[in-house]
Amino acid sequence: MSEDNVETGVLSAPKLLSQRPRKASWSFLTRILLPIILLIGWTSLAKSTLIPPLTLPTPLQVGSELKGMYLHQHLMSNIGVSMLRAIVGLALGAGIGFLLGLLSGLSKIGEEFLDATLQMLRAVPFIALTPLFILWFGVGETPKILIVAFATYFPMYIATASAVRNVDRKVVEAAKTFGLHGPRLVKEVIVPLATPQILTGLSLSMVFSVLALVAGEQISSQNGLGFLFAQSQAYGRNFEVFTCILLYACMGLVAATFVNILQRFALRWRKGVAVR
Amino acid sequence: MVIVRGVRQSFDDRVVLGDLDLTIHQGEFVALVGASGSGKTTLMRLLSGLQAPDAGEILVPEKRTTVFQEPRLVQSSRVWQNVVIGLQKSPATKDLALKALDEVGLGEQAHAWPATLSGGEAQRVAIARALVRRPQLLLLDEPLGALDALTRLNMQALLSTLCAKYQPATLLVTHDVDEALLLADRVLVLINGIIAHEVIVDSPRPRNVSKGLDTQRLNILSLLGVTTTKTSE
Repeated sequence: MSEDNVETGVLSAPKLLSQRPRKASWSFLTRILLPIILLIGWTSLAKSTLIPPLTLPTPLQVGSELKGMYLHQHLMSNIGVSMLRAIVGLALGAGIGFLLGLLSGLSKIGEEFLDATLQMLRAVPFIALTPLFILWFGVGETPKILIVAFATYFPMYIATASAVRNVDRKVVEAAKTFGLHGPRLVKEVIVPLATPQILTGLSLSMVFSVLALVAGEQISSQNGLGFLFAQSQAYGRNFEVFTCILLYACMGLVAATFVNILQRFALRWRKGVAVR
Repeated sequence: MVIVRGVRQSFDDRVVLGDLDLTIHQGEFVALVGASGSGKTTLMRLLSGLQAPDAGEILVPEKRTTVFQEPRLVQSSRVWQNVVIGLQKSPATKDLALKALDEVGLGEQAHAWPATLSGGEAQRVAIARALVRRPQLLLLDEPLGALDALTRLNMQALLSTLCAKYQPATLLVTHDVDEALLLADRVLVLINGIIAHEVIVDSPRPRNVSKGLDTQRLNILSLLGVTTTKTSE
């Protein structure tokens, strides 16, 4: 050991505490890694003798199911119909949830007036409403869209109300001293600052919209993914049932991607995003 | 101009301001120093209308603005939008913001997000935001308290220049006796909710605290309960 080391101790560069920036291509590979592992596991399980052959299709069999559904069962237009129902129902439900959340988050009176009722309604399982909605609204598009709306208002309501309540009081106070009040204060300061949490509510609402769609489309549908699903169930076509479930999962991924894009656009100002 | 007469404020049983009188003339720069808990912030909140006094009268001009201890910028709006927040929107508004930012030396950051600014830069945006409205009363609530010593010196000079230029009635609340003596025409010492002492500072600007203001400095510090031993060299 040299004299120098004894005097100053051994010196080294400080350990990097933050995560190193990664290449975009690596990040993409990381994202698809787990799905690929699952795919391999699924294939080997489907091909093994551990389970009866007709209960789980291989990915290739799912492919040919998809092709069959595409050719003979108007798969694309059925998916389109389902997406449209989900979007309209979500717009209605999340829109109402957002407005009620604003009311409840911004004013004490609003919260006292709304909160108990909404919390009660939230506990009602939307699937239980299906027969009633048929009774009240018939078998057309209305009950399907309303079920989606009913399932999606609550996450948006609770997220908006708490987001608005948690906006930095000091900034709101400052904005008030500079003359902002009423609708302008809400639109220019409170809602933009509450957006991160509101978007979390929206992404939850989107998940619920797909769930509610399954229930809603059981109502004597003539089209939609739920209709295909109900048919394949009725005729005991297991592979088709499995394929439909995968399609629902894909809709979930589409929804998540959408929120992700929205987040990047709406939250450009956030520190992590802004300095990147 | 500001007139405060017989203002009292207490929270629960604790008297924060007891019978406070204060007059600030247009163009006058008044500094208020006091230990923490002496009622400085309460007075500020009363003057900016963030709370109402228990008793007494407060008369303030219509156009008044505040620079807080923290910048308090709206993170989701760009820097220039923060400067003109709450103003009527018109095509001229942006020019107004850009000019105000130029004055505080931040013209190039006009389109940045607040989260990317340093503490001193953000506080300069807050100063631009307060002055762009040409206030008749400017409230400075420990505006430089959170800044590092070097930035603070620059900002003191900036504040001094801008206040001299626009001549608002200014009330600066600070712990920093040197800062008060450097900037103010009058320094008030607030003790237990009343103004216990007044120091007129009439030395010419720009000032240097180590020259000529030493006696006043020691005087105020001793009123605030700081014991200073003068070392003779």
